[in-house]
Parts: sequence; C-alpha cells; structure tokens
Amino acid sequence: MDETAPVVMELHNVSKTFGEVQALRDVNFHVRQGEIVGLLGDNGSGKSTMVKMMMGYHQPDPGGEVRFDDEPVRGWSVAKARSLGIETVYQERALADLQSVWRNMFMGREPVNRFGLLDTRRMRREAAALMKGHMGFTSGAVHPDNVVQTMSGGEKQGVAITRALHFHARLVLLDEPTMGLSLSETQKTLDFVRSIKEAGHSAVLIDHNINHVYPVVDRLVVLDRGSIAGEFSPSEITLDELTDRLRTVARTGQMEE
Amino acid sequence: MAKTDIPPSVDEHPAVDAVPRISARLFLRRHALTTGTVVIAILMWTIFVTAAPDVFLSSSIYNAFATTTPLWGMMALALTFVVITREMDLSFVSVMALGMVGFTRVFDWTGNVFLAILACLIVGLACGCFNGFLVAILGIPSLVITLGTMFFFRGIEMVLLDGSGVALTGDEFTGLRNALNGQTAGIPNEMVWMVVIGVVLWLVLNRTRFGAHLFVVGDNADSARMMGVRVARVKIAAFGTLGVVAAFSGLVASMQSSYLWPTLGEGSLLLPIAAVFLGGTSVFGGIGTVFGSFLGALMVGSIQAGVISAGMDGFYTQLFFGMVIIISLVLQTLISRRMRH
Ligand SMILES: Nc1ncnc2c1ncn2[C@@H]1O[C@H](COP(=O)(O)OP(=O)(O)O)[C@@H](O)[C@H]1O
Ligand SMILES: [Mg+2]
Repeated sequence: MDETAPVVMELHNVSKTFGEVQALRDVNFHVRQGEIVGLLGDNGSGKSTMVKMMMGYHQPDPGGEVRFDDEPVRGWSVAKARSLGIETVYQERALADLQSVWRNMFMGREPVNRFGLLDTRRMRREAAALMKGHMGFTSGAVHPDNVVQTMSGGEKQGVAITRALHFHARLVLLDEPTMGLSLSETQKTLDFVRSIKEAGHSAVLIDHNINHVYPVVDRLVVLDRGSIAGEFSPSEITLDELTDRLRTVARTGQMEE
Repeated sequence: MAKTDIPPSVDEHPAVDAVPRISARLFLRRHALTTGTVVIAILMWTIFVTAAPDVFLSSSIYNAFATTTPLWGMMALALTFVVITREMDLSFVSVMALGMVGFTRVFDWTGNVFLAILACLIVGLACGCFNGFLVAILGIPSLVITLGTMFFFRGIEMVLLDGSGVALTGDEFTGLRNALNGQTAGIPNEMVWMVVIGVVLWLVLNRTRFGAHLFVVGDNADSARMMGVRVARVKIAAFGTLGVVAAFSGLVASMQSSYLWPTLGEGSLLLPIAAVFLGGTSVFGGIGTVFGSFLGALMVGSIQAGVISAGMDGFYTQLFFGMVIIISLVLQTLISRRMRH
C-alpha cells in the first residue's frame, strides 16, 4: 500500500460513551485513498460504533475528532457524510421494509428534476438495472416496485450493498456485509470490495470471517473492548499467525503475549 | 418543508434497461387497499340509491354534502401525512378555532383581509410545529401530547375570545366568502378547495423528497436516520402541514357561517381520523395515500348526509359509521395479510 496516499478519513482520539458503556476508548484510525482496511474484533468491541462515528450518526465524546480530507469535520451528520461521498452498508441494513426496492435504493438521496420534483422514472429504471446488473436478479418476480418485506434475507442484503456501491462513493464502509449470504453471494460481495479499490476509492470492511477479510485488505486493524489492539498488513503475517494472534487478543486484550 | 442537502447525484451512465412491465393482476394486488376502498365506496352508494332513490338521485343532497364534508375532510387529507409518519394529532380541531382568532385580531388591527388570512395560516403553522417539536424533539408520544395541546389551544382561544363569538358579516369579507363559499361551475367552492388541497398534498407526498421521507420515517425511523433523513424535521413538517390546513378549514367554516364560534371544530375530531383509516392509511406508519383519505372522507360524509336525507333518525348514523368502519378495516387487514404472502 502506498504510504504517501492522502488520508481520506481519520478518527483522532475518539471515545464514545453510551450511558455506562464505553464503546470506544481513545481510538486513532485512518483510511488512505485507494486503501481497503479490514476491521476485526469480537462482538461488542465497538466496530459498528466506529462505522457510525465516521458516518456522522454518532458524535465523538469531547476531545475526540473526526477528520475528512485532512480537515476536522464540523456539524458532521449522515447527510453531510453522504454528500461528501461516504456510503455505508450498516450491520442493521437500514432498510424500510414496507417500501419498494427503488425507494430503499434512493432513501435519503432521491434524485429530483429541475422543478424539484422526484424523478421517479429514473429511480425505478436505475433500480431495475442495478437489480439485474449488480445483484444478478434475473427472475421476473423481482421488480423495483416490490416491497422489501417480501424479499429473502440475501436479497435484502443485496439491496443494501448495491445501494452503497452505485453512488460511486469515495469511501465505502461495510459492516458485516456477508452475514447470511450464500457462498456465491459472498464471493460477489468481496469482488465488489475489490472493485472499490480498482476505482481508486477506499473501503473499511468488517467481517467475522478472517478468510473473507485477509485476501482483500491492505491493512488489518484489530479492535478489542473499544481500543485498538494492533494493526498490521497481510504481507507481514500469514493467515495462521493472524488467527493465533486474534485468539491471544481475545484472551489477554494484547496482540502478543 | 424538510430538505436534506445531499446532492442527488447518482450513476452517470443512464440505464438502458426499461423497468419491467407489471401485469394487471400485480397492479391490482399492489393497489389492493385503494381498490378495496373504491369498491366499498361504490357499494355503499349503490345501497343508498337503492334504499332511497328519490333522495340520492337528486342533486340537492350532493350540494349539501359538498358544502359540509370539506370542512373536516380537508383536515383528513393533511392528517394522512402525520399518520404515515406513525404519529397522531388530536389538536387540529382546536387549531381550526385558534387560527381564526389570529384572523379576527389581525383584521381588527389592520383592516386588511389578506394579512388576516396570512395570520390565520401562520397561527396554524405555529401550532402544528409546536406539536411537532414536542413529539419529534422531546420524544413525547403524540397521542398523549396532542391531547394536551388540544385543550391548551382551545383554552388560549377561549381566553382570547373571552368565550364569546365574533360576527364576520362585514362587506370586506364578501370577496373572501365568494372564494371560499361560492360556487365554481355549479360545484360548491368548499369541495373545489378540498380537491385542490388533495391534489397539492398528493403531489407533495408522491413527488417530493419530503414526501418520500414521510414514508421512510414512518416505516423505520432508525433506518431513515442512518440514511441521512432528518427524522425530526420531517415529523415537524408533517404536523406543520396539518396545522396550516386546519387553520384554513377553520377559515372556510367560519366564513360559511359568517360567524366565529368559540366552539368551532368541536365534534369534528373523529370524522377525519375515521376517514384516514377508512382510506387504508396504516396506524403502524409507512403506508397511506391522500386519495384513500379523500375517498374515506367522502364515505364518512355520505353516511352523515345519507342517513339524514333518507329520513332516518340521526342515531342510525352511528350504527352505519360503526358498520362501515369495522367492515372496511376487517377487509383491509385481510387484504394486507394476503399481499404479504
Ligand atoms: N446506541 C447505543 N446505545 C447504548 N449502547 C450501545 C449503542 N450502540 C452500541 N452500544 C454498546 O457499545 C458496545 C459496542 O457495540 P458495537 O459497536 O455494536 O460492537 P460491534 O459492532 O463490534 O459488535 C456494546 O457494548 C454495545 O452494547
Ligand atoms: Mg457490529
């Protein structure tokens, strides 16, 4: 990975407290342009909180700072993050079940014509094309007007992933995108992540399966109980060593014994 | 109106594929709720015509119907927005009257009818936004808090009016009265306004980003928030819209009777609510149509007009209301359940 590539997104001394729970503790983290960063860590280690922090859904506790394009962000919000080219596949999927595929695809980012009216034709047309292209739905039963509720788990996930990818975001955050996907769907999702890099864009990939993360990423960051426990590149460590170290982290909270 | 500042820039290359056509059967399925409401409305009307042909085939009943139903029907249209966001409003009946206090006060000060109308609508907007603030920012359940503001707004109005009404008989109001209560092509203007408001609200709901956000906010507020929709703003705007329409309804009603009754709106709370639910808007949020509420209002209004015109005792109205509402909701539930499988 090119260490001189500009840093796109940075968390600086970020902590996050929810009532009694400290979900993040002095986290320092960055993503460079054209870089895929894998984020590993146990359940509850704060991965999703980090994603939502970068996305402007959570604000850091006082003292912490979110930086985008080397500038501290001000009035950071999801709307602002998206307008600057960050898209997310949330762990929760963030779909509206009773709405059609096309309404979900464009939720919060609906195109309008020059009169300020929704361009519903364009949304339906693009949703149809995306469903065929990216998601590979060929069955005639899947129509952009279908409500998400009627779709299978994998199909819903497909909607969330396609939505994050088709805006050509500069930074894509994927929080457990392969959860519940079939083998071929998982492969396709990982190919998507590679294509982000090929387009010169950046991504953060969270996945519990190291076999998914290891071959795709440029750098691995391990999170443990809200703190960064270590980071390294796949070129300096074999998959077996990585597995060993993650076990150590889970036991001791440290990278090495 | 709520706006997000995400530029809606998407894929540059236009998709070549057209949207697959949907079959007539699928179309009917998709619009099953609206179709069901239309069928029930036609059925009801057929029953009325059969039962009392001389009443229901003469135009006088439709005239009476078209002057009274819009007085609360317009509010049903705007209430649809609030219900789609999964909230409820009980205070709009008081907003009707409070807006008119704004109207009479500003008219007394300035003698300008236009300014008075503006004041009326602004009071309505302020009341609605106040509701929205309590619900969306403070997070108080809307059913509870708007019960409070219903009494509160009514109380302010009663205090300001000192409990007595205001005559609106001056010549200055002739133009306004013609516009609100006259006729256009033989149709009472009250109904014309209701149709105009319906068309505008339909457009807002189905063809603006605010409208799209109403649906997703009611469907899943967390998802909407994660995708950058400003949930609180959307809800406040929904309540604000209802406030403006309620104030306008109050103006239409007061001009019709040439008198501002301090009790204006009392007794018309349940009719708009019934109309919205009859029209297929879901109490669980995320689903609803302005057209459905329009039909719902026509149905509720025709029961009211029909029972009385057919020479039946007034208390039959409630029996019919109850029957129609129960039958419709049972049908809707069955239809929705079938659509899901
Ligand atoms: N909105 C919230 N309110 C309260 N606690 C939260 C919230 N979000 C996350 N947490 C807590 O923060 C910790 C980290 O959660 P999360 O970021 O979801 O972990 P991960 O994604 O790594 O599994 C957990 O203990 C979780 O219960
Ligand atoms: Mg998580």
